[in-house]
Amino acid sequence: MTAEPTSARSATRYDADTLASLAADAAAVKARYPDPRSGLLPMLHLVQSVDGYVSRDGILFCAEQLEMTPAEVSAVATFYTQYKRHPNGTYTVGVCTNTLCAVMGGDAIFDELSEHLGVGHDETTDDGAITLERVECNAACDYAPVVMVNWEFFDNQTPESATDLADRLRAGEEVAPTRGASSVCGFKQMSRVLAGFTDGRADEGVGAGEPTLAGLRLARAAAAVDGGEPSSVQPAETTDGGSTGSAAEVPPETGTAQSSAERKPAAPGDDNPGRSPSGGDANPEPEKGGSDD
Amino acid sequence: MTDLMPVLTDTWDADRSWKLASYEAAGGYAGLRKALTMEPADLVQTVKDSGLRGRGGAGFPTGMKWGFLPPPDGGPRYLVVNADESEPGTCKDIPLMLASPQHLVEGIAITSYAIGCHHAFVYVRGEVLHVYRRLMAAVQEAYDAGFLGKDVLGTGFDLAVTVHAGAGAYICGEETALLDSLEGKRGQPRLKPPFPAVAGLYARPTVVNNVESIASVPGIVARGADWFAGMGTAKSQGHGLFSLSGHVTRPGQYEAPLGITLRELLDLAGGMRAGHELKFWTPGGSSTPLFTADHLDTPLDYESVGAAGSMLGTRALQLFDDTTCVVRAVSRWTDFYAHESCGKCTPCREGTYWLKQVLHRIEAGQGEERDVDLLLDLCDNILGRAFCALGDGATSPVTSSVQLFRDEYQAHIDGRGCPFDPRASALFPYTPKQSPALAGAGGH
Repeated sequence: MTAEPTSARSATRYDADTLASLAADAAAVKARYPDPRSGLLPMLHLVQSVDGYVSRDGILFCAEQLEMTPAEVSAVATFYTQYKRHPNGTYTVGVCTNTLCAVMGGDAIFDELSEHLGVGHDETTDDGAITLERVECNAACDYAPVVMVNWEFFDNQTPESATDLADRLRAGEEVAPTRGASSVCGFKQMSRVLAGFTDGRADEGVGAGEPTLAGLRLARAAAAVDGGEPSSVQPAETTDGGSTGSAAEVPPETGTAQSSAERKPAAPGDDNPGRSPSGGDANPEPEKGGSDD
Repeated sequence: MTDLMPVLTDTWDADRSWKLASYEAAGGYAGLRKALTMEPADLVQTVKDSGLRGRGGAGFPTGMKWGFLPPPDGGPRYLVVNADESEPGTCKDIPLMLASPQHLVEGIAITSYAIGCHHAFVYVRGEVLHVYRRLMAAVQEAYDAGFLGKDVLGTGFDLAVTVHAGAGAYICGEETALLDSLEGKRGQPRLKPPFPAVAGLYARPTVVNNVESIASVPGIVARGADWFAGMGTAKSQGHGLFSLSGHVTRPGQYEAPLGITLRELLDLAGGMRAGHELKFWTPGGSSTPLFTADHLDTPLDYESVGAAGSMLGTRALQLFDDTTCVVRAVSRWTDFYAHESCGKCTPCREGTYWLKQVLHRIEAGQGEERDVDLLLDLCDNILGRAFCALGDGATSPVTSSVQLFRDEYQAHIDGRGCPFDPRASALFPYTPKQSPALAGAGGH
């Protein structure tokens, strides 16, 4: 972990201090997994926390840490949308334009923001403050339309609330998500958390918004009416008998509708590939071919 | 009338509900204490007896999945929790982990003990920063309290838990793609067999379960298999989170026994938004064929939804009213599948691309007479021809919407444009910036 030996070996252009600090963090990342290669995704978040995107140096650094080729690291980095290929703004503002949010107003919010900021999808404002994105469903559909800022939830947005949000971000004001930390952090800080290094902010913010609690509120009210009986349960009488008790053998129905290309076992290894042909222990990392690297 | 049944949601309104102290005050970790006095095989049998089926969409019996692990051979066995919730419309695991991550952590400890795992992983999508913070803190609290780590509660059982953030890829919700991603690779599905139970993470026996499935385990152990099996229907037992979203008065999470109907849920949620009627809905996310008002009384259990031509999926009920253009909705879902196809299988990679092109031109009023049949033909060439269910899922909204609303597709073609005003389906008034037909389409 000393700077000299690491930097002496490194093809990156990080200065010695940065490299030493990155290497220490990378060691912590690798230590979380039985196989260090599993640390590649968090390590890519880590280099984004230093460079603000997955830079050339970041790719080289990961490759050196994991004894991979830069091409192999790039192949992984380009697969995932959160790894940015050019310097990101301080804040990623992502508008959900998947069907449900789009229909309920997400399209209008994106168009308004795009015009207001003068940038399109995956483009950054000239001041470097905001990278605007269309994002896919972010699992907050009961709060539609949803905007994410550095992957914190801003629920039930309108074009006006979204442009106001953007203005405040650009002005450097502290902005609080609906459900999240008490203020949105920068892209680099966020990336460091996603690399698995806590920022101690887990206890900030709410546990749930109202839609999350919608059913629970009704059940509580019903229980109060019933005289404090906690959530009385009635078997679903309308369904086929509601028979209980007999834990019927449930035929496995997956493999039909949900997995289209399941094939019949064709080779011995299909059923028991944990054994190597020599009968020894399983290779913990069965790499295929890789002849072109 | 089916009553709501708060089990997982029961702690969500507590003060600082995400803290270990809140969870223990509500009886948390009774399941783990009991489990550690039991034989692992008896735990697996208990979960089999409960009838719990995978809550991540496929509905495979959870106990049976555990039972598929080969006998111990002295090497490692893994539990990997699929917390990559990304199916459009699905929004149950993320609020669960935000409000009460200890439900999941306790379930991980019990499941790991049951299957002989000493290192478990939670693969959470990277796009939910605060959920990741909460999970990391919850795991740390559990370590500090002796529920995880070396010698759990003095029983000699060791368990490490690693919370791992993904980086934005829907396909990593597919269990074998998730395993490749967790190994530091591109998230592309593997051919099955071998199934993860035989060769999963690092080619070792692995159980991959959804968040809600694992979070349901502590209750089953603490209260017994009969308690759980006593809820729901004959073959779809237990409680589940039903997530209502869209043009409904009170969207949100409604936890109820499986078998509740949309009519009952809509009554609870205050009905569709005022002045409008239900037009179409997804019972379990965008990959499940669309339903209409004709299916209001279909019991939402695996068998009944399947018999009615769709899938229970993740119980992600996205409700769209009469202002919504079904072509626009399906076109946007198709953009999603095209964007998220991992590219491994040609029928999915090329098929979703062409579906997108054809849907865009229909939506823009440039559709040709044969385009609807072309869509069906494309779907026919995707369905069943790819490694995983992403391609199959991409065809569901297309084929089901053509079946239910073919006239609406035809109206776009005959009328050279969309007959709907997108402003009518939004929740706020606004002035469109550009030609409404393609406002915001594509480009992800």
